[in-house]
Amino acid sequence: MKRILFIQRHGPHGSLFGQETLDAILMGSAFASCSVLLLEDGIYQVLKGQDAGQLESRDYSVTYGALRDYGVETIYVSARHLAARGLATEDLLVETVPLDDAGVTGLLHEHDVILGA
Amino acid sequence: MKFAIVVHGAPYSSQSSLSALHFARAALASGHEIYRVFFYHDGVLNGTALAAPPQDEIDIPSAWQALAREHTLDLVVCIASSLRRGLLDETEADRYEKPAANLAPGFVISGLGQLIDGALNADRTITFCA
Repeated sequence: MKRILFIQRHGPHGSLFGQETLDAILMGSAFASCSVLLLEDGIYQVLKGQDAGQLESRDYSVTYGALRDYGVETIYVSARHLAARGLATEDLLVETVPLDDAGVTGLLHEHDVILGA
Repeated sequence: MKFAIVVHGAPYSSQSSLSALHFARAALASGHEIYRVFFYHDGVLNGTALAAPPQDEIDIPSAWQALAREHTLDLVVCIASSLRRGLLDETEADRYEKPAANLAPGFVISGLGQLIDGALNADRTITFCA
């Protein structure tokens, strides 16, 4: 079976890239072996304590907690991008696996298809 | 080589759509096959039948339609992205009781399963991010 890696690079609000890519992840996990990689501001998608109500936006971050039930194997995060934002994995809503830059490169090579925004 | 192409950008708002169009033309001219073009996020707006750019500028939505006619391409706009952004075919316009449909000929509205199907069945999936 082909392995798909979904990359999230955008913050949770301000554009629909995050929310719509999460929809694609849910669909992908129904048909293929999928993992998720959070890069740059994509890390903010799983930040604890979000309140999107005042933005009149939907808080879809809780869905990340259900990804494992959908068969998504692992959520990876760039350790460098995490540190650059003053964050640690404990600040995130879901269990993530931090990767250094070489690890990120390796992850890209391990997958057959890369999707995401 | 069998390509799936994913377009994330609205026409004229970023280089995404035009670069994807150039890539598709070049791939076909080189004898490659295009399994599907999937329009996602703001990219669905490439499927509008109502764009009317100035005559001395490229008409990007029409260029996609022309390429689809010439090569029988499968141009799919994501239904969830389309409905949000006001891009409807006749069926959806009826379903949501909207006054008009505006999906251009050559495009079909379908679900995200078509994105995954393309990714799984093409040799290469190329995304043109916005």
